[in-house]
Amino acid sequence: MTERLVVIGNGMASLRFLERLTEAAPGRFDVTCVGAEPVAAYNRVLLSSLLGGEVDEAACTFRGLDWYAEHGITLVTGAPATAIDTAERIVRVGEGLVLPYDKLVLAVGSVPIRLPKPGMDLPGVITFRDLADVAAIRRAAVTGAKAIVIGGGLLGLEAAVGLARLGVETTLLHVMDRLMERQLDHAAAALVREAMEARGVRVMLQADTAAVEGDGKVERLILANGTILPADLVVMSVGVRPSTALAASAGLAVGRGIRVDDTMATSVPGIYALGECAEHRGQTYGLVEPAYEQAEVLARHLCGVEAAYAGTSLATSLKVSGLPVFSAGAVDVPEGAEAVTWSDPASGLYRKLVIDGDRLIGAVFVGDVAEQGWCKTLIRTGDTLGPDDRDDLMFGRPVSPEIPAPQPLAA
Amino acid sequence: MNLHVPALTQEAAPVRTTCPYCGVGCGVLARPDGQGGASVAGDPQHPANFGRLCSKGSALGETLSLDDRVLHPEIAGRRATWDEALDAVTDGFRRTIAAHGPDSVAFYLSGQLLTEDYYVANKLAKGFIGTPHVDTNSRLCMSSSVAAHRRAFGSDTVPGCYEDLDEADLLVLVGSNTAWCHPILFRRMLDARAKRGTKIVAIDPRRTQTGEEADLFLGLKPGTDTTLFSGLLVHLADTGALDPRYIAAHTAGFEPALERARQIAPTIAATAAATGLTEAEVETFFTLFRATPRVVTATSQGVNQSAQGTDKANAIINCHLATGRIGKAGMGPFSLTGQPNAMGGREVGGLANMLAAHMHFTPEEVDLVRRFWNAPNIITGEGMKAVALFEAIERGKIKALWVMGTNPAVSMPRADRVRAALAKLDTYVVSEVVVNTDTVRARNAVLLPALAWGEKDGTVTNSERRISRQRAFLKAPGEARADWWIMAQIGKRLGHAKAFAWGNAAAVFREHAALSEFENRGSRDFDLGGLADITDAAYDAAAPVQWPLTRKAKAPQTRFFADGGFYTRDRKARFVAVQKPALAQATSDALPLRLNTGRVRDHWHTLTRTGKSPRLSAHRAVPFVEIHPDDAAAAGLTDGDLARVRTAHGAAVLEVMVTPGAQPGVLFAPMHWSESNTSDGRVGALAQGAVDPVSGQPELKATPASIAPEPYRSRGYLITRETVAAPFGWWWARASLEGATGLIFAAQDGAPEAATLMRDLFPGATFSEYADPARGRYRAAAFRDGQLLGVLALAPAAERLTWDAAKAFFRNQELLEPSARRALISGRAESAGSGPLVCACHTVGLDTIRAAIKGGAHGVEAVGAVCRAGTNCGSCIPEIRKLLAAELAPASA
Repeated sequence: MTERLVVIGNGMASLRFLERLTEAAPGRFDVTCVGAEPVAAYNRVLLSSLLGGEVDEAACTFRGLDWYAEHGITLVTGAPATAIDTAERIVRVGEGLVLPYDKLVLAVGSVPIRLPKPGMDLPGVITFRDLADVAAIRRAAVTGAKAIVIGGGLLGLEAAVGLARLGVETTLLHVMDRLMERQLDHAAAALVREAMEARGVRVMLQADTAAVEGDGKVERLILANGTILPADLVVMSVGVRPSTALAASAGLAVGRGIRVDDTMATSVPGIYALGECAEHRGQTYGLVEPAYEQAEVLARHLCGVEAAYAGTSLATSLKVSGLPVFSAGAVDVPEGAEAVTWSDPASGLYRKLVIDGDRLIGAVFVGDVAEQGWCKTLIRTGDTLGPDDRDDLMFGRPVSPEIPAPQPLAA
Repeated sequence: MNLHVPALTQEAAPVRTTCPYCGVGCGVLARPDGQGGASVAGDPQHPANFGRLCSKGSALGETLSLDDRVLHPEIAGRRATWDEALDAVTDGFRRTIAAHGPDSVAFYLSGQLLTEDYYVANKLAKGFIGTPHVDTNSRLCMSSSVAAHRRAFGSDTVPGCYEDLDEADLLVLVGSNTAWCHPILFRRMLDARAKRGTKIVAIDPRRTQTGEEADLFLGLKPGTDTTLFSGLLVHLADTGALDPRYIAAHTAGFEPALERARQIAPTIAATAAATGLTEAEVETFFTLFRATPRVVTATSQGVNQSAQGTDKANAIINCHLATGRIGKAGMGPFSLTGQPNAMGGREVGGLANMLAAHMHFTPEEVDLVRRFWNAPNIITGEGMKAVALFEAIERGKIKALWVMGTNPAVSMPRADRVRAALAKLDTYVVSEVVVNTDTVRARNAVLLPALAWGEKDGTVTNSERRISRQRAFLKAPGEARADWWIMAQIGKRLGHAKAFAWGNAAAVFREHAALSEFENRGSRDFDLGGLADITDAAYDAAAPVQWPLTRKAKAPQTRFFADGGFYTRDRKARFVAVQKPALAQATSDALPLRLNTGRVRDHWHTLTRTGKSPRLSAHRAVPFVEIHPDDAAAAGLTDGDLARVRTAHGAAVLEVMVTPGAQPGVLFAPMHWSESNTSDGRVGALAQGAVDPVSGQPELKATPASIAPEPYRSRGYLITRETVAAPFGWWWARASLEGATGLIFAAQDGAPEAATLMRDLFPGATFSEYADPARGRYRAAAFRDGQLLGVLALAPAAERLTWDAAKAFFRNQELLEPSARRALISGRAESAGSGPLVCACHTVGLDTIRAAIKGGAHGVEAVGAVCRAGTNCGSCIPEIRKLLAAELAPASA
């Protein structure tokens, strides 16, 4: 009898895993995938573009329902898993569906954080995580509306740009003194801020939200310093928390996320976890790239091919509304290390290499990220920098001189 | 840029004029561009150059801006009217004369002055003020040749002409880097070699580009030229190569001269030992000279700028007299003059040891000149020569000085002392074109705005006695006036209106010509009687003409002395029994080396003109010192380091150029840089300046010296659209760039200081800024509204940063593309650069030439055909040849 594999969650990590698994070993498992959202896996990365109206919902779709059927996958949508019985090897889903499994994969993602401040439950305070959120924001973002986005991380920036693109007067609040402080230093963050402001987003730094107020719906936001900001819509984008409740109640080892080893196995035999809900070597990830790497590893492992996940080096390569930004490794300069910088703010350019001895340990690029792949490799391998590498990393490899063509003599 | 008022429309015919640089005196066609500048080309009809121009001459159009010009009179830094300024000069002179006598007044003139200016200065001083103290920067240039001519010929006569260079079979170049300093004549020499197989011998302690190009290079010890030519005289005598008929008929003093020569250099072996040459080298040279009747021995500053310069020149002339090789086609001693009108100054008599018009101080001559001028205060004897003159200022003997068109605070030996001495004067008058020379800035002066090349009008005489017109093709800027006019005003104000009443330069010239003819009757070589009645129109249209040109002559005379006829009382030439040579000062443990000075290819004097040209500033952008690899190793120096060169008189910090062309023990530094274009490169301050006992010319080429590393943390460059002052504490040199001005610097600063400086220099600008503080690297560009304002780059001194790529971004005012902005900061060329400049005329760089050679151009002509390098003035041909040799050499195992 074919082994029964149940996958809880149908996000991007889940889909990539299913793709790889069915490519490598079609028919090996009897696969059932259950997702809490009403639709099949879609491209969450494009949500901000969807919000801004740059793409439509169809563009966010990956696989149609027929694909799941063709690959022998039973897909159940709109059905949150409610419990796992590890002794019985069953998963309880929704109102009474029970799925027995031989192998179980948890790809349950994360949940957006809501600030523990008064008024966060008022209508008009919306998180920014899924298609439903986008729909809610778009409904609230009527002409003349005032929107406030809380959170100056990547997602908050994208939400703010999306809102501004809709013609909404948008303010971005960030509690730190620079945007994207985990990925960018001050100079790079300043460039990103300029880019945001050029796109119509008002940016307020060191803005600590104290409360949201309103009579039955959002009307204003109060900062800790007493500033009152009128608002019709508050988008909450202050980070995510890995979804661990289901795993914890099933007795799986849980830290910040569901703890897994290098084969993505949890503390309970036969149960695996991947994506944003997983904690690997003490690290959780909020980006798609590590999730995809984990999906590859787990698919191979379940097909009996030796595979191990060693972690993803912390690189961020993204576009903040068209402005390329790259960040990898150390952002600020540790004691004993040094920074090499090139800053040309008028051209929207910034580059920083963080070097310790003769090894690259970090890089931040804004505006032009051409050498990002090389940087990532160097940071990962710890290879020694060659004599020209600093310049080549900073400015690109030089063009080679050419022999001039013969010129006619002047008359 | 500040430009002339357009004088002529663009369609105007080119104006024929004469180059203001060296004594070759090339004809120039200047075509005003209607924008206040002009384009410049060689005059195909001028017999000095037949259309060719050297790198300096070709770039004359780049030197015409009015930036840094003196445009109105000033008194002690205040603007004044001409009347106020002329009164100040007159009153100053009057007071000085009343208190200390007329000989407390001195004039220091220039080989850049026109003959007419020179004539008026000489007349004013020697006939009307009554001071004999009229000397000139020609004293530093060729006065030993003048003295040697007078000792040998009885007159300051250049016996030959340029055609002799075309028609010689042997050209002996002594102490002359002809390839760089007289490039057009050198092209003629190379043409002669190509046409008739002429052999070229270069004699110089330094293996210059001329030495590289010569068939035989003799790298003799400094100061031993007299020994070599004494040995040659002995050799000629001992091998029966003399011309006894010529010696007997036209000379005197041969036996004592030969006897002295035998004492100095009795044999080839002795000659070799004393000169540091091998016996084979000496023998090869002697044999060549003996066997080649058509020989020209051309001499320049290696002979003249010596405390034994007059003897050197006479030792050479002795050999020509002894073989009768003088005044005939392809034969003779030939002094190549350094300045455009040194010869004109000599003709006028604008030197302290001459009176006027090739006359000296016999009572008859003094009386003759007094009568001609109707001079109330005619002088009766020699005045003080340059070195003594400035010493007399220091001692308080000279109280009033008028400097015209020269920069003694830079060019004099012991220049720091000279500059300081100027403070002692009661009256200091400077007629100048450039506002910021060290001489102008030395102290408060009455500053008089003179006309510059292209504005002034008159005549100059070149090395072959050819008088050519310098013509105006630009309007006089501001309140600038001709030098002769300025001095005539002073003459009038001193009460001599009638004697200084000329209406134009032609009138001055007619009087000058008339004096040369006055009671001459063949007694003096210099006779322009044929031009004494020249009309204004004929003067304006005058073609180049050689002197003498007597009233009766049907054609000018081109050569002298083939059949004797010397200007001594007995009409015979004199052999000179020369002194055994010894340098003026010995080296010591503290000063173990000798410092030689000279010129570079693309610069002239103290950079006031060539320094304006970006092209000419590219070849050598900083003051440097050449040193032999062994000496460099001993001093712990490598190529490109900075080093402090010291003598007993001063010090300079120079960039080290290690070259096997330098002789062990001998340093070479160019004399061009001054305080207005470098922090620490005034080489004139180092020269000892012991004078030749006959000519009074100072020794500038063998000062005992030491050299030591001058460590700086960083080197870099600062390029700005507008001139900015260098920060205190930097070593720096300034050069003109296209669309910008640049400083190459050394500093103790690192990246943080550089970043601060950029913000100070360009407040409110936006910056593109690269910083690698740990490695001491910094590069930044400042912009305003996207326009590039300036670039600063700094790196550890050992990195040898170059600015070739960066300076290209200033050529035009266009906004820079992103790739260009990147290239500017990366220090890398946007596309492949052409490398350090080799050919200044066509702006061709080293890398381009190398690429051309690699691409199959295996000869000088082929390289020229591919990239044009070397096809104009040819002064870079020796460098191209070196590159060819290096690129085409079989790869070593």
